[in-house]
Amino acid sequence: MPKSYADLLKEARSQVREVSPAEADAVRERGEAVLVDVRETSEWEQGHVPGALHLSKSYIEQDIEAAIADRARPIVLYCAGGVRSLFAAQTLSEMGYTDVASMAGGFQRWKTQGLPWTVPPVLSAEQKQRYSRHLLIPEVGIEGQAKLLDSKVLFIGAGGLGAPAMLYLAAAGVGTIGVVDFDVVDLSNLQRQVIHTNDRIGDKKVDSARRTIQALNPDIKVVGHEEMLVADNVERIIAGYDVIVDGTDTFETRYLLNDAAVVAGIPVVHASVFRFEGQLTVFKPFDGPCYRCLYPTPPPPELAPGCSVAGVLGVVPGIMGLLQANEAIKLLLQIGDSLAGRLLLFDALDATFSELKLRRDPACPVCSEGAIEARRIGRPLAVATMGADAPFVLGGPGIGTAS
Amino acid sequence: MSVVRIPPVLRSSVGGAKQVVMTGATVGELLAGLVAAHPGLRDQLFTPDGELNRFVNVYLDGQDVRYLGGTATAVQPRDELVILPAMAGGA
Repeated sequence: MPKSYADLLKEARSQVREVSPAEADAVRERGEAVLVDVRETSEWEQGHVPGALHLSKSYIEQDIEAAIADRARPIVLYCAGGVRSLFAAQTLSEMGYTDVASMAGGFQRWKTQGLPWTVPPVLSAEQKQRYSRHLLIPEVGIEGQAKLLDSKVLFIGAGGLGAPAMLYLAAAGVGTIGVVDFDVVDLSNLQRQVIHTNDRIGDKKVDSARRTIQALNPDIKVVGHEEMLVADNVERIIAGYDVIVDGTDTFETRYLLNDAAVVAGIPVVHASVFRFEGQLTVFKPFDGPCYRCLYPTPPPPELAPGCSVAGVLGVVPGIMGLLQANEAIKLLLQIGDSLAGRLLLFDALDATFSELKLRRDPACPVCSEGAIEARRIGRPLAVATMGADAPFVLGGPGIGTAS
Repeated sequence: MSVVRIPPVLRSSVGGAKQVVMTGATVGELLAGLVAAHPGLRDQLFTPDGELNRFVNVYLDGQDVRYLGGTATAVQPRDELVILPAMAGGA
């Protein structure tokens, strides 16, 4: 005998446990159940319960197993008024989910009772298409993509490491990309600095990088800092950035950047390359060592030549630069395990990666507890400088010129 | 017998080898043996007073020897020592 809507509804009510919005909120707060919003995307975008999953009723059979693998996990479904969630709960019960409730009165009653709700970030139709492969990954999704679009990453140098890292972060939708470089594009750069092109030889690297990035992704704002990073400007230049990607070629700049970034609390994704080999780590202030913990003093010039002296296989900064981009994205999205406290070594000839453990130096003049206290009272600790007092005086150019 | 991995900048001092095999009971003995066999490394690894230079890090099986027992750290056969000076290249 055919059933009417009223029959189906009555049947669903008799089979599915209903909870009030207040009860749902209590179990949500305590992390005892996962709330699932089964409304359509257009309704979800108008506002939803904070922390809820969105699995539209139209696709819930298809999507639930990937979203919630544990069939014993307590679930509270909600829709706008409490009807669709009843029917969706029946479906989940049929699929073997054993603890499924429906929120009576739905999101409307939730809101009228003054319970918390939030409006999700909204991407344009074009952005949804552009970033669709990100949106499909649960760890990124719309919220993560919105976070990337709202993020600011500063690149020290648009050279071998910066070029590939910048391209991929622009493609990924990192909304603001700052570029510190005062150099111009040289023919010898093009073997590895893939953001520049042959017809831009002689152009400023900052302008060349901007043109490539904007041709790739017009969402991105490029901020050019066409100056050499020095003690007088470092604090101003790095202010406001979420992550710094260090792709410099000199120790002066690496130490200068380290000291300022620790004080500003900005993580630095660090890499360096030499011929067929590369090193990579993340210096996350006070959550792992800083550059001075790793190398308290610079080596003499003959022990640490730059790429312009020693040479480098073009793909090595490409690989290391993309690993930097990967670390930057993880830091921005707060996912995964960062390389803070670990130094990753890459050997292109052996095709091997190896890892060394790094520690914070309890006597570090920049990031130790003593150093923090000394800054607080206005008497910062002395650091090994690169000037006349240093064991080895490094002359030579600043960012980008040694390429 | 322990493997000592030689960083690219120091390879010219050991005839181009990526690694050399040394015998020693401590990190210091391995490094002393290395310097004895390849005297060109001495000034690059050690200060005139015989201390390890601060721009050179030494790792025993992935751990910085500064946080183990320094050059006195005991070495087991088949341990791997990595010598790692700072690198600046980025452009």
